[in-house]
Amino acid sequence: MNADLETAPKRDGLRRVAIDPVSRVEGHGKVTLLVDDDGHIHEARLHIVEFRGFEAFIEGRPYWEVPVMVQRLCGICPVSHHLAAAKALDFVVGAVPVTATADKMRRLMHYGQILQSHALHFFHLSSPDLLFGFEAEVGRRNIIGVAEAHPDIARQGVALRRFGQQVIAATAGKRVHGTAAVPGGINRHLAPADRDALLAEAEAMVAWAREAVHLVRRLHEADPALYDRFGHFESPIMSIVRADGAMDLYDGALRMRAADGGIVRDAVPPQFYMDFITEAVKPWSYMKFPYVTDLGAERGWYKVGPLARVQNCDFIPTPLAEAERRAFRDYLGGALQHAPLAYHWARMIELLHAAEVIRDMLPDPDLTAGERMAGGARQPAGVGVIEAPRGTLIHHYAVGEDDLVGWCNLIVSTTHNNQAMNTAVREVARRYLDGKTLTEGLLNHIEVAIRAFDPCLSCATHALGKMPLRLELRDRAGAMLDRIARDA
Amino acid sequence: MTEPRKIRLATVSLAGCFGCHMSLLDIDDHLFELAGKVAFDRSPLTDIKRCGPCDIGLIEGGVCNAENVHVLRAFRANCHTLVALGACAVNGGLPAQRNHLDLGRCLTAVFQSRPGMDTGAVPDDPELPLPLDQVHPIHEVVHVDYFLPGCPPSGEAIWAFVSDLLAGRTPRVAHPLLHFD
Ligand code: SF4
Repeated sequence: MNADLETAPKRDGLRRVAIDPVSRVEGHGKVTLLVDDDGHIHEARLHIVEFRGFEAFIEGRPYWEVPVMVQRLCGICPVSHHLAAAKALDFVVGAVPVTATADKMRRLMHYGQILQSHALHFFHLSSPDLLFGFEAEVGRRNIIGVAEAHPDIARQGVALRRFGQQVIAATAGKRVHGTAAVPGGINRHLAPADRDALLAEAEAMVAWAREAVHLVRRLHEADPALYDRFGHFESPIMSIVRADGAMDLYDGALRMRAADGGIVRDAVPPQFYMDFITEAVKPWSYMKFPYVTDLGAERGWYKVGPLARVQNCDFIPTPLAEAERRAFRDYLGGALQHAPLAYHWARMIELLHAAEVIRDMLPDPDLTAGERMAGGARQPAGVGVIEAPRGTLIHHYAVGEDDLVGWCNLIVSTTHNNQAMNTAVREVARRYLDGKTLTEGLLNHIEVAIRAFDPCLSCATHALGKMPLRLELRDRAGAMLDRIARDA
Repeated sequence: MTEPRKIRLATVSLAGCFGCHMSLLDIDDHLFELAGKVAFDRSPLTDIKRCGPCDIGLIEGGVCNAENVHVLRAFRANCHTLVALGACAVNGGLPAQRNHLDLGRCLTAVFQSRPGMDTGAVPDDPELPLPLDQVHPIHEVVHVDYFLPGCPPSGEAIWAFVSDLLAGRTPRVAHPLLHFD
């Protein structure tokens, strides 16, 4: 068997097996395996197969359109893009810091986003694997199957997601693709009636989120051989943390820990991300491969997202989630957890944190009244960074004196995890699939590893393919709609 | 007496952002009611990877590459009623903003001359589906039975629409529920 599995040394005579599409994830991806006659695996790759080109068509648009446009990168975490863009453009309009009202409205919106996205990912997408087993019958492995077998879990999951969406609607104006964050601030207050309706349910949501943490913890404790080893590999971790080391998903500076837990970079201001991170390109995926520049492409790749954040911060500033964080860290006696399935546990700890933050923030009078906009001297460019549900999200814009975006660069959360997801896929291929007859259930093992990272594959597609093209698209009557003829 | 046959429902995201699927889930608790009436076929919410014979197919997103065309045609061939769900499926939506750009030249430049990137070739593996020069609304490729606008259509609008279809009525989404943003 080829040790690395990224690229088969010889492709002749190998059979291609595809998992296409990868399901119960957001966006468009597929996995290909190259297998020999004895069932040994020579290559395993996660491909991101769609290209959208957002960075190209944002250039030339007026800057104030951007926070609304970029949300359409992703319907699961639109708020993250909305806010990262607004934060970047705050610099451009000279509004740093923004007003207390703007800061708090945006934070509340963001924690609503974390709550709904984490609930969606765990209950609607991933829980069937964990509750029924990786090889359960295909027809059962979905949220409807969960609702039949575990109605309470499904109902609580649907309610947690609904509540997060209602927080977003109350702060952003709509559940999906709201409009409230604008360069320099926010364009609405929280309505007292919305606040009261949310407050009435907030305590129940905290309780259910806590049950979700305990559910995942029980799963770990019941089968540590699986949960601690499945797809396991070690790597550095990265996220932003607050200046005092607290978890803060809305703002902070970059911190990186080595695989052994030691801090190797700290307090890196996000606007220097370009010196800090380089993105590599591989011919078989539209998703780029970032790494920490001075560590190099081989050693410098890392994990982001809940598993990174829960272990990168020094503490979580809400009591129930902090108690769960301690239990999580104690589980391996203080050593970092690297197993992909531990993402679910860490994600539920953040779900609980988000529920606590929302409950505690709602009564704040700055949300329902106060100055919404700030402004100052124009700047030519700005960088906005935020911890989206899936990890560190970076938006960077340069804006001309004509108010048009001259240049933009986006590094989305899932892209940071590209190498990590590919590595997990190869670990699972090596350990569970090599030399076996590939059944549907075995192939689902690969998807279980990918799902743990909660990839958002439509976010991650903003590059272009260049291939020899000969393609005609015809309508129903046979008339030509589009013809492509281009050489590589 | 045998139970009435469940209606089969398939959904797919082509060149969309998944927001329309999020809105489908925004029917909240009605999800359980829906599950009582329909069986899900291919959908990002299930592990069924190929669309089988279905009563209803909901399409999110326009058509941006060769694979989208194949998937869309398979849905049309299998679904009795095909619905363009949301702005992207109806008219291409935001991804169609790239239609006025020369795909090859512009984005090749983006790929190879960006600061903060290794200099590398543009991805060209045969596993990557061929991108189309333009993003197309789905009705340019197949016949579409219903169009539900909105970016995304709200959960209420989707529930009203699907409820009518399930009850065998011609869907009529009340005006206040229809919007285009
Ligand atoms: S219509 Fe809007 S919400 Fe739906 S896929 Fe397109 S951009 Fe996303």
